[in-house]
Amino acid sequence: MTPTRKKRLAVIGLMVLGVSTATAIALVALNDNIRFSIGPSEIVAGDFPEGRQLRLGGLVAAGSVSRDPTSLLVTFDVTDCIHDITVNFNGILPDLFREGQGVIAHGTLDANGMFQAHEVLARHDETYMPPEVARAMALAGGNEVCGEPIEDHIASVEAGY
Amino acid sequence: MIAEFGQISLILALVLAILLGTLPLWGAYRQNDALMNLAPSLVAGHFVFTLAAFLSLATLFLRHDFTVINVATNSNLLLPWYYRISATWGSHEGSLLLWILMLAGWMLAVAVMSRKVLPKVFLTRVLSVMGLISIGFLLFTLLTSNPFDRILPGPIDGQDLNPLLQDPGMIFHPPLLYMGYVGFAVAFGFAIAGLLGGRIERDWVRWSRPWTLMAWAFLTGGITLGSWWAYYELGWGGWWFWDPVENASFIPWLLGTALIHSQAVTEKRGAFPAWTVLLAIAAFSTSLLGTFLVRSGVLTSVHAFATDPERGVFILAFMAVVTGAALLLYALRAPRIMTGKGFDFVSRESALLLNNVFFAVSAGMVLLGTLYPLIIDFMGWGQISVGPPYFSAMFILLMTPIVMLMPLGPFSRWGQDNLKRVMAPLLISLVVAIVAGLAIAALLGAFNLRAITGWIGGIWLIMGSLSYFWRQKSQSRFKLPRGQLGMVMAHAGVGVFIIGVGMVESMTYERDVRFGAGDTLEVAGYRFHLHEVASVKGPNWIADEGRFTVYRGDREIARMQPQKRLYHRGQQVMTQVALRPGVFHDLYIAMGEPLEDGTGDWSIRVHIKPFVRWIWGGAFLLGIGGLVAASDRRYWRQQRAEAEREARAEDQGAQPA
Repeated sequence: MTPTRKKRLAVIGLMVLGVSTATAIALVALNDNIRFSIGPSEIVAGDFPEGRQLRLGGLVAAGSVSRDPTSLLVTFDVTDCIHDITVNFNGILPDLFREGQGVIAHGTLDANGMFQAHEVLARHDETYMPPEVARAMALAGGNEVCGEPIEDHIASVEAGY
Repeated sequence: MIAEFGQISLILALVLAILLGTLPLWGAYRQNDALMNLAPSLVAGHFVFTLAAFLSLATLFLRHDFTVINVATNSNLLLPWYYRISATWGSHEGSLLLWILMLAGWMLAVAVMSRKVLPKVFLTRVLSVMGLISIGFLLFTLLTSNPFDRILPGPIDGQDLNPLLQDPGMIFHPPLLYMGYVGFAVAFGFAIAGLLGGRIERDWVRWSRPWTLMAWAFLTGGITLGSWWAYYELGWGGWWFWDPVENASFIPWLLGTALIHSQAVTEKRGAFPAWTVLLAIAAFSTSLLGTFLVRSGVLTSVHAFATDPERGVFILAFMAVVTGAALLLYALRAPRIMTGKGFDFVSRESALLLNNVFFAVSAGMVLLGTLYPLIIDFMGWGQISVGPPYFSAMFILLMTPIVMLMPLGPFSRWGQDNLKRVMAPLLISLVVAIVAGLAIAALLGAFNLRAITGWIGGIWLIMGSLSYFWRQKSQSRFKLPRGQLGMVMAHAGVGVFIIGVGMVESMTYERDVRFGAGDTLEVAGYRFHLHEVASVKGPNWIADEGRFTVYRGDREIARMQPQKRLYHRGQQVMTQVALRPGVFHDLYIAMGEPLEDGTGDWSIRVHIKPFVRWIWGGAFLLGIGGLVAASDRRYWRQQRAEAEREARAEDQGAQPA
């Protein structure tokens, strides 16, 4: 092999090595940072990976929001109209958080079956329902969301979940 | 009437785009001068009718014509006039119209500025290819997202523009971003025109460089503005969320960054021409992908408009056609692309190659994290989302070598060099960076890994870029070319940016606290005092306003009034943050919610963000650097002479042998 070719081969070898290392690290990092979307009924059924970050979707149950009088601790139930899961959250709720409306909570399930959220997201506008919420509702109630046809709640989500 | 006028203008623009995408292209193929001569006037007409359609929509918004669905759903009688104008591109339909207008504008700019500069055949091909892209978007708009659709009888008053969009930042963010997105269509057009001609040569790359730089600079500006907007408007105090839609604009940016660097190699040395073409195709394809992700509603995001899947399918099909055709052409023609000169392991080519590897891998990494949940969902394996730590970890990993090597690039020679010679002028910068970085971090009480890395990396980049600037200035009797000046500015800008990121990510003070009238919070030497929560009234909203006074020691330094607004129409609630910006830190107060226990207390979010302005300052410098580089005379003067030479050569070539 000519020296130039050797050098080129070395460069290509290094690049392949670099790219494959990066890919391997990327996949590991990706695997560690995946959050699984679930609904209340799936939690009750025990149908979720343990010890992982979860993304709980559903509606805020009416009359379930309660606050600690001295701190920012807030507790509310997330429901799919079949099962409820209690969520604890210490912080400021988003602007569009309201009872009876769709919500997504990021966090983990503790030993008592309470959901400890570190982040709470609410819908972005009047007509939009996050796909996770729609899915949780559809899994639990078929074509109805707490007695109303699901179409009223979903503007953008394809049927078929 | 105005809506119909807009509609007809849009249809006429489509007709002209179809003519533009076919006749001149055929003319270029057959060497038919008459057909080729059509291109510039078709481009002009296409621009005029697109502009007419856009102005019609803006007029409809200004005149409160609620019989037009788009106006009725995105505006109302109380909306101030400037937000009625920005509402023109605040909706899905309107933003597509803006997309098309931008494309038409770029086409016109290419046609006018390159008229005497590019060989006619080449220019014709570029314009025709861009015309073909315009056909796709015009069809999409007319068939699935017509902004001029009527509703009869119209409502008396409209709904509201999303309150999040009622903000000065939102007036400029989308146009800038789109300028960048769509600007890559020019680089794409040049690449395809080059492939169609069957030859990729240095001239091609030189002609397309200033256009790519401009598009990249606008995209940089648009992303920066979006980050700034999210910081003060979303009320979370973050500057980047790794939101899928942010990623959608970031992927083309990363590929665009790789592209402007690989273009430099191809222009100067003729090396990696095929790669440059591929990057140009990839940058524009990912712009289309970004449009698809944002416009189809497959993503949960602030930007995701509620839309029907039909639109997503259309864009996906369009993207498949554009990218597929481009890649097919590439596969057919790439083997005929010239090869450049060889180069050594230590050389400027290698430095730029490394830049390309890292940026391309970064783009792939962001793409993977963004699309992974969609793929998993599509395969029916459940629904997941990818958390920000993935992106942050990957990014730090991939960007560290870039930061370390960046100052070395400009100092290295083309072809062959040795590391000792390259490093010699940089030793002082390196020593200063390490010493000063450690010292400053210690002085600021920020002696942690992130802050130290930020300071050392940032000073290394700023010093390294400046020392290149000084050396070039002292060695040459002439003024430094704009291209090099732009590069120095951009690289130093990255340094400023990194310092900001290191400080914000490690030293941000952040507390959610309960506040009642008369309460005081003391943090980091500041005292926040809440006097009262008052009711205030705006043009189309009412609000609870917290009246804060901030003291440092005994001195009053700021009065801050964060608001919680309720917009009349749609009854939407929105947080209006109070900010006291500063070069070294921002004070940031956001109203949480009234605590419903009869005390009248509020949850309040208080942040102290050190050096956060440096993030946008650095990014802004980066974009300005791109514009300065694009204005280099070399691109606009030399190419004329060369184009004439080329044209002459082509005329001779066309003679029958």
